Amino acid sequence: MKYKIAKLLVASSLAATLMTSTALAETELRMMWYNDGNEGEVIQKIIDRFEAENPDISVVLDVVPYKSIIESLPIQLAAGEGPDIARVTDLGGLGKYYLDLKPLVEDSAYWEESFGPFLNWLAPDSDQISGFMTQLTVTGPYVNKTLFEQAGVEMPGEGATWDDWATATNAVAKKLDIPIPMAWDRSGHRVAGPAIAMGAKMFNAQGEPALVDDGLKKMSQRLYDWHQDGTMSKELWGSVSGSTYLGANEDFANAQVVMYMSGSWQIPQFADKIGDAFDWWAVPAPCGDAACTGMPGGAALVALKDTEHPKEVAKLMDFLAQEENLAEFYGETLFIPGHLKLATGGVDFATDDPRAKHALETFSGAVPGISPVAFDLQGYKNNRIMFNALISRLNEAIVGELTMDQAYERMEDDVAKQLAEKERN
Amino acid sequence: MADTSTTRRSLASLISAQRGRGKLHWTDVFTYAYLLFGVLLMFGPVIWLVMSSFKTPSGLLEFPPTFLPLGQIEVQVDGHDKPLPLYEVTSQDGTTRQLAQVRRIGIVSQMVDPQNPDTTVKVPIDQRTKVREFRMAWENYTDPLERFNFVSFLNNSIIVTVVATLVTLLINSMAAYGLSIYEFRGRNAIMLFIIGTLMIPITVILVPVYLVVTKMGMINSLWAVILPGAATPTGVFLLRQYMLTIPKDLIEAARMDNASEWAIYSKVVLPLAMPAIAVLAIFSIMWRWNEFLWPLIVLNRSEVYTLQVGLNAFQGELDVQWHYILAMTVVTLIPVVVVFTFLQKFITTGIASSGMK
Amino acid sequence: MAGGKGGSSGVSDRVAAVAAWPVQRIFGLLEYPLAAIQRSVGISRMPWIFLLPNLAFFGIFVVVPLFINFAFSFTGGTELFLGNRVYTGTEQYEFLLDCETFGDPTTCREDRFWKGLYNTAIFIFFQVTFLVLFSLITALILNREIRGRGFFRAVFFFPVLLSPVVVALIWKWVLLRDGILNAFLVSIGLDKILFFVSPEWSMFWAVFVSIWAHMGFYTLILLAGLQAIQPDLYEAAEMDGASKERVFWRITLPLLWPNMLVVIVLALIKGVQIFDEVFVLTGGGPGTATQFIVQYIYNTGFTEQVQNFGLASAASVVLGIILFVLTMTQLAATRARDNG
Repeated sequence: MKYKIAKLLVASSLAATLMTSTALAETELRMMWYNDGNEGEVIQKIIDRFEAENPDISVVLDVVPYKSIIESLPIQLAAGEGPDIARVTDLGGLGKYYLDLKPLVEDSAYWEESFGPFLNWLAPDSDQISGFMTQLTVTGPYVNKTLFEQAGVEMPGEGATWDDWATATNAVAKKLDIPIPMAWDRSGHRVAGPAIAMGAKMFNAQGEPALVDDGLKKMSQRLYDWHQDGTMSKELWGSVSGSTYLGANEDFANAQVVMYMSGSWQIPQFADKIGDAFDWWAVPAPCGDAACTGMPGGAALVALKDTEHPKEVAKLMDFLAQEENLAEFYGETLFIPGHLKLATGGVDFATDDPRAKHALETFSGAVPGISPVAFDLQGYKNNRIMFNALISRLNEAIVGELTMDQAYERMEDDVAKQLAEKERN
Repeated sequence: MADTSTTRRSLASLISAQRGRGKLHWTDVFTYAYLLFGVLLMFGPVIWLVMSSFKTPSGLLEFPPTFLPLGQIEVQVDGHDKPLPLYEVTSQDGTTRQLAQVRRIGIVSQMVDPQNPDTTVKVPIDQRTKVREFRMAWENYTDPLERFNFVSFLNNSIIVTVVATLVTLLINSMAAYGLSIYEFRGRNAIMLFIIGTLMIPITVILVPVYLVVTKMGMINSLWAVILPGAATPTGVFLLRQYMLTIPKDLIEAARMDNASEWAIYSKVVLPLAMPAIAVLAIFSIMWRWNEFLWPLIVLNRSEVYTLQVGLNAFQGELDVQWHYILAMTVVTLIPVVVVFTFLQKFITTGIASSGMK
Repeated sequence: MAGGKGGSSGVSDRVAAVAAWPVQRIFGLLEYPLAAIQRSVGISRMPWIFLLPNLAFFGIFVVVPLFINFAFSFTGGTELFLGNRVYTGTEQYEFLLDCETFGDPTTCREDRFWKGLYNTAIFIFFQVTFLVLFSLITALILNREIRGRGFFRAVFFFPVLLSPVVVALIWKWVLLRDGILNAFLVSIGLDKILFFVSPEWSMFWAVFVSIWAHMGFYTLILLAGLQAIQPDLYEAAEMDGASKERVFWRITLPLLWPNMLVVIVLALIKGVQIFDEVFVLTGGGPGTATQFIVQYIYNTGFTEQVQNFGLASAASVVLGIILFVLTMTQLAATRARDNG
């Protein structure tokens, strides 16, 4: 008897799962998504409303690890096996797989007005509409203000340079015996902003990538020196290899770091994790010789060309991109709006944490001051090649495997090699 | 094979006879010290992981870490809506008392005595320590599990594991039978070829296998995970080595009785090869259960996610959430531990007796 | 057909019985068609019938991909389907082999490929040596008459069943700056060690963790060999008054040699393939100190923005040639063993 039931169970569950589900009467859209915080829940709520309004369309949110978005999605797209919509961060790099929504959306003027400059990131070579930013990010530092107060060191104000900050954070760390004066995310994107501040141009006169110049060398040399003199801990940049991302958010939350160079996306989790344990304070981007700038960036939700239901995809994208839906989305996720109108104060952020509010204001306020070079770099479709070359080679120099000069040579070489490989198509 | 146990016993008595006679030889001390250290080394990190998985995010950040998961006590104080965190405050004269914190401004925190909520005291933050109690952070488990369709992931994982193991056992044992019972031209070449494929790491041919699977239209179906790894060189090798030890007379006798080759395979050889098959079954179950990289590439629809893919879906771009990672690692560990505790005797004696000679 | 020998518990018997029922039924049903096949092809061709399913799987999922992989290595660009890719001849191989001096990876065009090869060689040297050593010690100890032998055998075997990712996470959690090992070091008055910042420590832990994870399996193989040694040999040696050391070197080790060989060869093969464990543990760092050859191939083909399948395939072919040499060594060794 028992065996029979067991058999039956095995057989039925086998049958249920192995047969691919037969097509339903309604259209099913697949949206590939990854989560850094609560954004999956918020978007699901909005999707539920869409489904209620459009009973003939069902939307399935496939949450994947971020690793899949970076490594598997390009292969799936190349094989024609991708989803209908995806949340991506390689904005320009995947451009050839995007669907042009321009003829499909109800009001393309609304899209252009609301998402103007960002549409360009998604499609640098054309004026097509492919999607919108689920979040705009701005890189910039946080400081542990409480530590500054305890140490009695004055916090450098607006217009302070990176060198000022290095001196100040070292003073705080020395006084209070904090292990790490300054920490940066291990990411080429994070280094790019300060490098541009130091005068890096990133491109030559013809608009071709030219990663290594004096500005970049100035910043790289500082990062190298800071790692040698203990301003930065080798733990973050010195461990792991290649372009692997590492953050210092845990150490910062644990008050082990005085100043942490990261970006606006940390706000929700700091609000959650640190709360009022100390004053974590977003400060304006420190300055270099040329500018005081961070890097813009972010993730976008894009429609994909291989979809069998472009009309329905456009309908969903139209719905999600509506101002009130996006206001709700940005507000609840504490993301900086990637919608021009909402960016100027149209979002009511769902937090009563004064630190989070201040940080959101600081980062939103930094957007107009971002250097045009930084915008160009973010809009360049092969920018990940440059970021990866920068971080991985700089890193090998910092741990002593290469000299700085060898590292610069390798950076340029890496970029050239990969661009050449891409050109072969 | 059958005489292993008697061998073992006489060997054992031999060794014990050698060293008996009352006093401890240094090797005895070494033996038990080694084993004790082994237990600590093998289980310690796993237990530490399990304990850590019950800590809150802030608990995980603590140094030095506590062994037991602790959480800060919160108390309800009149005049405040939310419960307030409780601290132990050391005052100037060295006395300590427990106060609840209302808010913290800069390096000073405003606190109240829960018994006397009207007067607020200002305390420098370095004079307070959290009052904590033993508390399991079950939310590390429940949060991600509620967010995902856990039952569906589990179901998929079980189906993949069971079907793949059955397919593996069937085709590998058939191949092993063909390679061990018969003498035929090309046998050595095939054996060589199979052993040769043992050397290919799957990571290296990931893209070509993906292309093959795509052409077969199996993307986003569980078959894409089940089939590619079914013909395992290790399995064929292990089973064949074992089947070679089966006396040829048995097979000849069965042929005399007019049994078909299939009947000899399924009714004579398979039952005799059970210990080796059990070993392969257990390995196959573990391989399939633990598989991550390949399913991640071929399965991108949530209804076909296996547990390993699904439970990693919370891993974002920018945030390493150790509390979830630890908890979900423990979840995937549970079946392994269960299988192991029930079948460990089977596994270890099986591998030992199937010999790998 | 349930059970095996050696006191399996009631639970596993019942599990086996449930599992066996449909299997027996299916095998029974298959008997008629297969008997028919046997009548038509004759008994001499039956081994091929038995081999067919397995070889079909090998063909589709191993041989065909290997050919595609080989073809990839002569192409460039970022297209996925072979037909769309650009033929480049041996260019990818030339890139890989473009070195001023082969001894110094920094003089190579693909410095990380060579770094990966050298790192893998160093890793294998230490990993295989100590894996064999500790497996042997553990097997010798487990072969003694000790209380709770079954338990201890299980303890050492347990990590074999964990996935590489889990193994790495477990140890990473122990070894982090604020992990329990550093807490222990601080408690005995030492300083914290940032293990993953030092190339030597990272390599040490990569080797250590992979031994930790795989030792149980090899121990069991050696244990099986030890238990197969006839006790009369020991008895005879004892009568001759041979010392323990002499018995070990003259009887135990030579008779255990076939099993040792299996262990060494398997460990070598698995060593070359090392990837996920170390990747999750150290991320290949610091710098490129624990970046191994399979990781290079994976990074080149997957994680870079330009997924360079051509170069990755060429690298895997070169790796394949190295593995082929290892296979030949194994074969030669097996033959020597069979003859001896």
